[in-house]
Amino acid sequence: MEDGIKPNPILISSHRQETASLWLLRLITLMTVLPILAVVIYIMVKGAPSISWEFITAFPRNGMREGGIWPAIVGTLYLTLGTAVFSVPLGIAAGIYLAEYAPENRWTRLIRIAIINLAGIPSVVYGLFGLGVFVLFLKFGTSILASCLTLSIMTLPTIISTTEEALRQVPYSFRAVSRSLGATHWQTTWRIVLPQAMPGVLTGVILGLERAAGETAPILFTGVSFFLPQLPQSVFDATMALPYHIFVISTSVPGMSVQIQYGTVLVLLFFVLGMNLLASLVRVRARAKRQW
Amino acid sequence: MLPTWVSCLFRPPNENDCMIEQTPRERPINLLVKASGYSSILFVILILFFLLREGLPAVASADLSSLFGTIWYPIEGYYGIWPLLFGSIIVTITAILIAIPLGIGTSLYISEVAPVWIKNILKPIIEILAGLPSVVLGFIGIQVAAPLLREGLNLPTGLSGLTGAILLAFIATPTVVSISEDALNTVPASYRQAALALGATRWQTLWNITLPAAKSGVLTAVMLGIGRAIGETMAVMMVTGNAPVMPHGLDAIFLPIRTMTATIASEMGEVATGSPHYQVLFFIGIILFLFSLTINVVASWVSTRGLKRSERSLS
Amino acid sequence: MDKIVIEHLNLKYQDGTESLRDVNLTIAANAITVLFGPAGGGKSSLLRVLNRLNDRSDVAALTGKVLLNGQNILDPEVNPVELRRKVGIVFSRPVPLPLTIYENVAYGLRLMGENRKDRLDQAVEQALREAVLWDEVYDRLHDPAIAISGGQQQRLCLARVLALGPEVIMLDEPTSALDPVSTSKIESLMQELKQRFTIIWVPHNVQQAARMADYAAFFLQGELVEFAAEKRLFVFPKDKRTEDYVEGKFG
Ligand SMILES: Nc1ncnc2c1ncn2[C@@H]1O[C@H](COP(=O)(O)OP(=O)(O)O)[C@@H](O)[C@H]1O
Ligand SMILES: [Mg+2]
Repeated sequence: MEDGIKPNPILISSHRQETASLWLLRLITLMTVLPILAVVIYIMVKGAPSISWEFITAFPRNGMREGGIWPAIVGTLYLTLGTAVFSVPLGIAAGIYLAEYAPENRWTRLIRIAIINLAGIPSVVYGLFGLGVFVLFLKFGTSILASCLTLSIMTLPTIISTTEEALRQVPYSFRAVSRSLGATHWQTTWRIVLPQAMPGVLTGVILGLERAAGETAPILFTGVSFFLPQLPQSVFDATMALPYHIFVISTSVPGMSVQIQYGTVLVLLFFVLGMNLLASLVRVRARAKRQW
Repeated sequence: MLPTWVSCLFRPPNENDCMIEQTPRERPINLLVKASGYSSILFVILILFFLLREGLPAVASADLSSLFGTIWYPIEGYYGIWPLLFGSIIVTITAILIAIPLGIGTSLYISEVAPVWIKNILKPIIEILAGLPSVVLGFIGIQVAAPLLREGLNLPTGLSGLTGAILLAFIATPTVVSISEDALNTVPASYRQAALALGATRWQTLWNITLPAAKSGVLTAVMLGIGRAIGETMAVMMVTGNAPVMPHGLDAIFLPIRTMTATIASEMGEVATGSPHYQVLFFIGIILFLFSLTINVVASWVSTRGLKRSERSLS
Repeated sequence: MDKIVIEHLNLKYQDGTESLRDVNLTIAANAITVLFGPAGGGKSSLLRVLNRLNDRSDVAALTGKVLLNGQNILDPEVNPVELRRKVGIVFSRPVPLPLTIYENVAYGLRLMGENRKDRLDQAVEQALREAVLWDEVYDRLHDPAIAISGGQQQRLCLARVLALGPEVIMLDEPTSALDPVSTSKIESLMQELKQRFTIIWVPHNVQQAARMADYAAFFLQGELVEFAAEKRLFVFPKDKRTEDYVEGKFG
């Protein structure tokens, strides 16, 4: 080493600290992310062999140990679509109210507090609520209807918040221009703002329904059944559903084939990740097409 | 100052432009939109009302000393909720102790260190985790995590509080990551540039400047993570071993336990409507509701970020 | 003929800004009235009063009278939606709605419930011709409006207003974002349109004010300092403040 130029010990130690700390962050991130990927891939590998035409389209046989999961798939579809029927219009309308109509006052703040609370209520408490109101008080019985209504209220906060956010991103100038051309408030919202916010709204809807499709606790005592020999005939019938089916076959059926379990999980995962992917696609496409 | 919800009771919502600039035909639409906006308040009230209606009678029918006893054995009429409360608390605390470093570390990495392309990979993965149904995680817990932990730690059973806590940590992590990342992103770039210009390393900047500046948001993230963990049902129910017993020491986390949520989920299906057992389960629901209410209200106080008005200048 | 008569107009915003103070002004039909002065003078606020475009929630107090054809438009009985069809506005930044060129122009008519294609076609063509834009866009009416140039977009905004069949056209610094060629196109266009409309023009500099004015009003911090016909304000200003501003001593 040339004389006179000595490495600064403080700089060196801070350099070491820097390197070590940044690696620590990378390590932590890997610890979060790798298990997720591992789980998803593991389920795909273990579940793939049991996926067959029969598995998808047949009824379970021999106490779930053989056959397919058709009624559970159909049930989850029913539940998801039924939830959408209630929560999508209500959630979008509420999002519109918050973004486009609500004055900045105490009432609006109260609404926001309510939404934050709805978002935080444990899913099993929604289940209790659904049981108390829809199943018992309104006498819908253990039914698709009761489950859908319960899931709807649970998904509402997601849909409302994403709708509001998507609407707020639409430039204010469009609203002013539309108003100046003689549009009423609703006309501006319906013809200009909402169409521009639609991709964001759709993303929120999909994410909300994704949650509804995968939830078990809210439907546990409101609408699902362990096994049904036929598909539900009306909204007042109980139904089978994938998440509940998974719960049952992985905890309460002795001698259950592990492969069928993984297969069922894979089908649910396919549902949920498919919706996730769809939401991302909507977002990416919209960003590319956006005019502002 | 009265709290918001009290003062609201005395002031009716006022009408503004939107309800005036309307054609007669739009009046019902606008009213419908407004009603939808207010519906959330109605739902919260309804939920609280029905929980109270079904759950409060428990105080009378199961009497208080039994309710706050230490034995949960409904068949014999013992409705002590302490074991369940402790079960929830132990599992949640352990879970959040794991989720804090994972969640905050990951959010720091994503927002402060990672290059854009890595960010674009990481974020969807975190979203996948957020979207995984808890029953799927519970299933993996039974099939993979429990056997691993039993072998690894040489426990009598893998279905324990610890297994539940680990799953919960992963369930809470996406919440922590996304909220704390948002908070970090709102720290002005000038703070970082100033620190870096003064010769601070990236880590020093991040640890001494950025993280403290975002601390209220990060705190919110942790609180909502706790809320997420304490309310989680299926995953914990499937892997904690379902033993509603009073913990005797710190090693309770390695033994089977039972949370409040799991108790509701596993017993509600078998009780007679209106029975004391039924009422007590709703009473536990009230406790959970109040927990989440408190956490969320406090969290939203901690993070009163002003809503920024979008650009409004046309002239 | 007096188209608009403004009497003792005061406007105070929620944050306490008094952006108009006792403004008295008469605006003549078939002429260009120029409102000029430094930023923050209240010109835009006044335009927003004239078609009730201020957000109700922003306004703390609005007093005085604004008579359009003798009727007080500040009267709560007046429907702001209908008022805005009579009093159109073009903003400083061209803002095409996220629709096609055709739909931008047809927008106001569709709002009024006009959906017959032949009527719309005809109205769109006429408005675009009046705004001297037809020849440039007739073959791509169904392209997104964002695709045309800034100058064209601003004329599209004008066509959008013209399609409504307004009586008054207000332009708030309409050329501030445009190049000189587009600017002079719009200026000469308005000189023609004044035969048929009442025009209120907020210019973005004194030269343009002097070029365009049939009447000129000088605004300073919410006050109407001076008002005069023709170009007198630019040649023989009476008020010292007007003189200083016109001579470029501040601004
Ligand atoms: N919506 C508003 N809320 C509060 N103050 C405003 C608002 N709009 C304008 N102002 C204020 O009113 C004054 C006049 O503004 P403006 O009418 O835009 O003047 P000009 O167009 O002459 O520049 C300014 O001080 C401005 O800050
Ligand atoms: Mg202005």
